[in-house]
Amino acid sequence: MIRIKREICTGCEICISSCPYGAIEMVEDRAFITEMCNLCRACLSACPVGAIIETEESRLPTTDSRLMDFSGVWVFAEQRRGKLHDVSLELLGEGRRLANILSTELSAVLIGSNIEKEAKTLIAYGADKVFVADDPSLSDFHDDSYGHILAGLIEKEKPEIILSGATSIGRSFIPKVAARLRTGLTADCTRLGLDGKILHQIRPAFGGNIMAVVICPNRRPQIATVRPRVFKKPIPEKGRKGKVIKVHVPEDISLRTKTLEFVKDLTSTVNISEADVIIAGGRGLGDAKNFRLLEELAEALGGAIGASRAAVDAGWISYPHQIGQTGMTVSPRLYIACGISGAVQHLVGMQSSDIIVAINKDPDAPIFKVATYSIVGDALEVIPLLVKKIKEVRG
Amino acid sequence: MDYFLTDAQKTIRDIARKIAIEKVVPSRAELDEKEEFPHEIMKALAQADLFGLYIPEKYGGFGGGSIDLALAVEELSSACLGVSTTFAANALAAYPVLLFGSEEQKKSFLPDIASGKKLAAFGLTEAGAGSDAAAIQTTAKKEGDEYILNGTKQWITNGGEAEIYTIIAMTDKSKGTRGASAFIVEKGTPGFSFGKKEKKMGIRASATRELVFENCPVPKENLLSKEGMGFIVAMRTLDISRVGIGAQGVGLAHGALDEAVKYARERHQFGKPIISFQAIQHMLADMAILTESARALVYSTARVIDSGSKEYSKESAMVKVFASDVAMKVATDAVQIFGGYGYMREYPVEKMMRDAKILQIYEGTNQIQRNIIGQALIKEAASKK
Amino acid sequence: MNIIVCIKQVPDTSEVRINPETNTLIREGVPSIVNPFDMYAIEEGLRIKEMIGGKVTAISMGPPQALEALKEAFSLGVDEVILISDRAFAGSDTLATSYTLSKAIEKIGLFDIILCGKQAIDGDTAQVGPELAEHLGIPFVTSVKKIDEIREGYLRVHRMMEDGYDVIETRPPALLTVVKEINEPRPPSLKRKIQAKNLQVPVWRKEDLDVDEKRLGLKGSPTQVLRIFPPEIKGERKILEGNLEEQIYKLVSELKGLGIL
Repeated sequence: MIRIKREICTGCEICISSCPYGAIEMVEDRAFITEMCNLCRACLSACPVGAIIETEESRLPTTDSRLMDFSGVWVFAEQRRGKLHDVSLELLGEGRRLANILSTELSAVLIGSNIEKEAKTLIAYGADKVFVADDPSLSDFHDDSYGHILAGLIEKEKPEIILSGATSIGRSFIPKVAARLRTGLTADCTRLGLDGKILHQIRPAFGGNIMAVVICPNRRPQIATVRPRVFKKPIPEKGRKGKVIKVHVPEDISLRTKTLEFVKDLTSTVNISEADVIIAGGRGLGDAKNFRLLEELAEALGGAIGASRAAVDAGWISYPHQIGQTGMTVSPRLYIACGISGAVQHLVGMQSSDIIVAINKDPDAPIFKVATYSIVGDALEVIPLLVKKIKEVRG
Repeated sequence: MDYFLTDAQKTIRDIARKIAIEKVVPSRAELDEKEEFPHEIMKALAQADLFGLYIPEKYGGFGGGSIDLALAVEELSSACLGVSTTFAANALAAYPVLLFGSEEQKKSFLPDIASGKKLAAFGLTEAGAGSDAAAIQTTAKKEGDEYILNGTKQWITNGGEAEIYTIIAMTDKSKGTRGASAFIVEKGTPGFSFGKKEKKMGIRASATRELVFENCPVPKENLLSKEGMGFIVAMRTLDISRVGIGAQGVGLAHGALDEAVKYARERHQFGKPIISFQAIQHMLADMAILTESARALVYSTARVIDSGSKEYSKESAMVKVFASDVAMKVATDAVQIFGGYGYMREYPVEKMMRDAKILQIYEGTNQIQRNIIGQALIKEAASKK
Repeated sequence: MNIIVCIKQVPDTSEVRINPETNTLIREGVPSIVNPFDMYAIEEGLRIKEMIGGKVTAISMGPPQALEALKEAFSLGVDEVILISDRAFAGSDTLATSYTLSKAIEKIGLFDIILCGKQAIDGDTAQVGPELAEHLGIPFVTSVKKIDEIREGYLRVHRMMEDGYDVIETRPPALLTVVKEINEPRPPSLKRKIQAKNLQVPVWRKEDLDVDEKRLGLKGSPTQVLRIFPPEIKGERKILEGNLEEQIYKLVSELKGLGIL
């Protein structure tokens, strides 16, 4: 647990504001840790005199020798309707890097129906081994079946690290697997590192206001989900050799859910707060018809559509798309502002995006102050050109 | 400023503020633009138990008074006057029942109003009878166990949306103001229909509509008080409800002042935020002085009413005049501080300025209020001799 | 129908900032709120009850102060609230939290639906729901944006996916995690809020639950936070040269270089 050494504490109160849980109070002019403490350790580095310490009892048991039985890096290769998700290929690149440092093998786990042919792709992207569970019963994703197969395989093969995309699927069934195996899981990582054999899982917390380094020192495997487009896809190596291992799919996996249908819908599932790429439009687009141009760009980039308040007020798009003070706050990897002048109320909602591209006719528009890339020009002219170039580059 | 509100009153204010921020602010521009009735917000206000604030507990209300209602109205008005007008109009319609209704009438109509299950509307104004309320033409003729209503009411807030209407009609034209009577009329009564929906300058989220009565039979059980009491019912109702208009004014002024301060801190000209200029600071200071003065007058008058006093006609007229004039001035100055942006619909102060104007007009123009104050002064002076 | 809603009290993260000089959180004046996603879970629970009848119980695991969150749930209309609080639970990661919650739910006994917010805004892990379902041995559906049909023994929901939604059928008892698209939460009721002020919230401690102590709190938590640091400071400006078309071309190649395309 976290303790205050009262004899060292100077009563400076710096630690009080460092605690995200409001768990530090002043008692008789010295800091005191209350029951609110979540042991998050945020205060440890805040104390200028080192009066805050973590006591023995809270340390985890010493490393178990059985942990040494686990080796190898795995990537869950996600596919939907037979198509591999890009994040799986991105993770093969990062997985390769980790496996090389650990001098171990990189394996991919492919679950689905009629997907064995994709194993070659996974090998080309860096997998040494591909475990394939191919069965008609696996054509739809189900937490029960996918979880059962992956957990069973892990118990048998004992990998030390497992990476999965932080996608709808990954964020649904990977926690089930982790709970079944009683091991740790770190969601939504944006960076990974190694300290010896310990995986450093780096992820945003508190709404992206801080970054945390999370470890799972005493259980195996160490499991992390990683946001799409965090890592670059590696360059595939054609003809690269690897082993394909067929996984027995038991006939008696009990499925307690049933997928009746999938409804494709790119517009109503807006969840701009979670999108990695946002294309936002404002008054500068002129009318509702021009606003549709954004859809092409969004489709080309796989992004969601956002809007300034002016565009929402004008009725060009519905309120859930509004970004800014009275709408959503977002911080995607890429934010493209089209015809948005950048009223303060809009800027507060998007300025923490990683990369901001601003397209506006007015060179003095405030949006340019926060933009990484500025293009002074008419959005109506720029967007089609941009779509064209993106398509060219993508091939 | 601390107005020594009770815990319950602070809770009322907090809940109303929460609804204002979470439900009203995000939708107000769209409601205004589309002139759309705020059904969702009314539902939220019902779920929050706010419709029954001033209605006794035995009729399903909260058991509070004018001050409790004023607190809720103020918070809603700081976000959107159209929404607060829709809300407050229910009280305007319910007060005649509360003040003059029989036990039976209270039991059958107040619980649904208190729960927000049914909206209510008050119908006095006609095309030819505005400030001169005695000129109303709608008639109610007694035939057996019914009164037959004929005539058209104009500019009725919640018209068409409400289920319960309190209507003033002439039972005996020859007696002038002493020939008016008040009735409760339910939506769906044969011969009761709705005319055109008005296009307004402001408060566009509120529904303002004609009520048309064509041989509309109203059971005699729905007569409020006695025949000939219609004007007393209307005047006593308006005496109380004027404090609500005051609360609307305070809320709107408060909302406009907040927007102006926020904007003045963000807006840079000549390399500085404009709030650093004393010209702006002085404007904001005057706006704040007026808003707080109006609030103090609203709260103290509401407390006088809640204390059981019968003498508040003059004071409630003062509240109405002062707070509505303050709202108009503060909203206009807020637009001035926003400059060109203030004139644009993208920012909320433009709407606030349009909305504010109605406060000086409805429920007795500010000129009529001054008449009331003047007459009260004459009466007071005369009684001293 | 017996509905259990799991809620968490969190700091309002939109107010949390980090001091870049000391690498510590600046929390002064940051209010504690009910995790916003859990508000949708509460609302959905109340709507199910209003539609087909039943009882809604809200539970929260956290420090004693978390009873404020439960009081808020009460003022929204839930029938019963239970606080699960013990120093032994401190330091729980998602595995230990979901284990502890599963034991509390076993103690409650009969239930048809468990509703959780999709994730909590302080940790953003989205793990407790699925892990809880696994401990309880019941089916679950994450990111539910609509309950299409619900009746005794049958449940059909829409699960939000990146490119649309799946229509999924299952049988209660089941656990659902909900997203904000599912509904618009109601405001608290004035009468219930006033009642909530004097509400006695039952508190279940370690001794009240049939738990394996090794699986609680820090000891039962495989993950730990090694350290925190501020996000990289952005605001880098890059110049795009040339005419419009050249600028666009450069932009696209830069984006490709950054791995976004």
